[in-house]
Amino acid sequence: MDIRIRALSKDFGDFPALHDLDLDIRSGELLALLGPSGSGKTTLLRVLAGLERPTEGRVFFGEEDASATPVRERRVGFVFQHYALFRHMTVADNIAFGLTCKPRSERPSGAEITRRVADLLDLVQLPTLAKRYPSQLSGGQRQRVALARALAVEPRVLFLDEPFGALDAQVRKDLRRWLRDIHERTGLTTVFVTHDQDEALELADRVVVLNLGRIEQVGTPDEIYDAPATPFVFDFIGDASRIPVTLDHGRLVLAGEPLALGLDVFGFGPATLFVRPQHWRLDVAGGLAATVAATRRHGTARRIDARLADGATVAVDLPPDAPVAIGDRLSLTPAKWRLFFDDGRSATGDRPAALPARAAV
Amino acid sequence: MATDETFPLDPPRPRALPVPPPIGETAPARRILIGAAIGFLALVLALPLAGVFTEGLRKGLGAYLAAFADEDALAAIRLTLLVAAISVPANLVFGVAAAWAITRFSFPGKSALITLIDLPFSVSPVVSGLVFVLLFGANGLVGPWLAAHGLKVIFAVPGLVLATIFVTLPFVARELIPIMQAQGSADEEAALTLGADGWTIFRRVTLPNIKWGLLYGVLLCNARAMGEFGAVSVVSGHIRGLTNTMPLQVEILYDEYDFVGAFAMASALALLALVTLVLVTFLEWRYGDELAGRGH
Repeated sequence: MDIRIRALSKDFGDFPALHDLDLDIRSGELLALLGPSGSGKTTLLRVLAGLERPTEGRVFFGEEDASATPVRERRVGFVFQHYALFRHMTVADNIAFGLTCKPRSERPSGAEITRRVADLLDLVQLPTLAKRYPSQLSGGQRQRVALARALAVEPRVLFLDEPFGALDAQVRKDLRRWLRDIHERTGLTTVFVTHDQDEALELADRVVVLNLGRIEQVGTPDEIYDAPATPFVFDFIGDASRIPVTLDHGRLVLAGEPLALGLDVFGFGPATLFVRPQHWRLDVAGGLAATVAATRRHGTARRIDARLADGATVAVDLPPDAPVAIGDRLSLTPAKWRLFFDDGRSATGDRPAALPARAAV
Repeated sequence: MATDETFPLDPPRPRALPVPPPIGETAPARRILIGAAIGFLALVLALPLAGVFTEGLRKGLGAYLAAFADEDALAAIRLTLLVAAISVPANLVFGVAAAWAITRFSFPGKSALITLIDLPFSVSPVVSGLVFVLLFGANGLVGPWLAAHGLKVIFAVPGLVLATIFVTLPFVARELIPIMQAQGSADEEAALTLGADGWTIFRRVTLPNIKWGLLYGVLLCNARAMGEFGAVSVVSGHIRGLTNTMPLQVEILYDEYDFVGAFAMASALALLALVTLVLVTFLEWRYGDELAGRGH
């Protein structure tokens, strides 16, 4: 089931939560809606599910205009952030709820429901917990039951609102793998909301980055990470240093010093240069002069705060065994970078065969 | 001690010293405070209640029971039960509907509605009764029209029911609103995405979630419906055997110096209240978490 969104807007009173969105969701894909809080990602998901009515615009499920279809006829599975399990029902009754709500003519027999519930419990790997109540389950188990309950009614699409938001780090990692696995087995078009970029990049086929009710970028995790379309995406996804520069006759000027980047853009005026910490090179002469202001361990790398001539600081990742000390002088050249002009244009650069950053001894 | 045998060189453990609690009063201050609280309760609650029962039984169990054999007394008990049986369900339905509307929808006048629900608590019951006399009385707004159609509200059962509903209106709604606010609407939304219709959602999801709070509200509502005096007194007209509820009957008997009868009837009312109170206390103890809206 593919979903098309056309000119979709949603206002809450005077507050525009979604602003004229167009988006195509492909059949069978696992799509992440990623953004900070207040970006409209949950609102978009709820509009798709029919839990919120759009102020303007249309939502198509395949060829069918679903804009006016009430939730209970949309046949969507929805998994809530805090599970929303029925606390007075056992796990089995929770999963069976949707089936028992069907009109008598479509309702499966009691034996059939029992069998379907057992199958779903197997699918979510909780076959022994049918008789338990939600309060007797861990957070991760509750989330699995919530998913089984949503799948029980054989939805056309599956929506998950911050599915792992309330869980601790290890459980999140396990459930991510497990959700990917379920997605591949069911083949359902699945849309999930997250504010966690790692989750979105690791799990999704495609990622939609939202900010202030607008779509900033749609793309595969590689595209989003390697070619951020806007300054917001560059900032939001991964670490990046933003360096204010000026462009003068195709030459980049930083704090009064010209910088050799081999630009292919023509323009004047102020712009912002974005460079990720791991994309700096130290072995090229004529780069930016910088001094090591601080160094600390950062995951698999050693992160250095390098102070530029004008006092601004950029983050540089080096191998953990790099022999750098506070006060060392470095010459920094960006191997990969992206330049955003204030008027919205952008330019990008990539030096092939870039060696990993090495400290200049 | 095992530790001492294993490690004979360990120094003997110091005995636990009596440590005063970090927050709290000295022992005498505590005793005075607790004593004052218990003494006050005994003086203004337990003693009068005991008095009701001893006065009722002053002339022996026979006279006590005979008070209930009186035709007017029985009529008063029946009327009280009838009024409660109508007004409690009415407020149950209204309370659930109002709590639902207030917690699930946003609409103009919502805060006005919340304030209005509290109105009966802040208005004197006598005023509440007078309002109905002004509306439905012989010289009231719709009184003449009602009289022309042979309908009697004031000095009749409908008036008693209306006044009781008015006075007990806030109990159920006020009990439910915080619970339903705390629970949010995610459960109902989940049921909706699973294909349930409105009635199914209410019956199988909403009602089980609020049932203890609902019961608590209904019990309080019932206690007040049976015990209400002021508003009912204004609209009743005190017609013996017809429009006298139990509290009104108590007053009449007392005014006629029938102390055994008055206190016997009062003890029956007190007993009803006590049973309600015990039920409420039990529910609070057993399901306190759910009543507080925290759930599991």
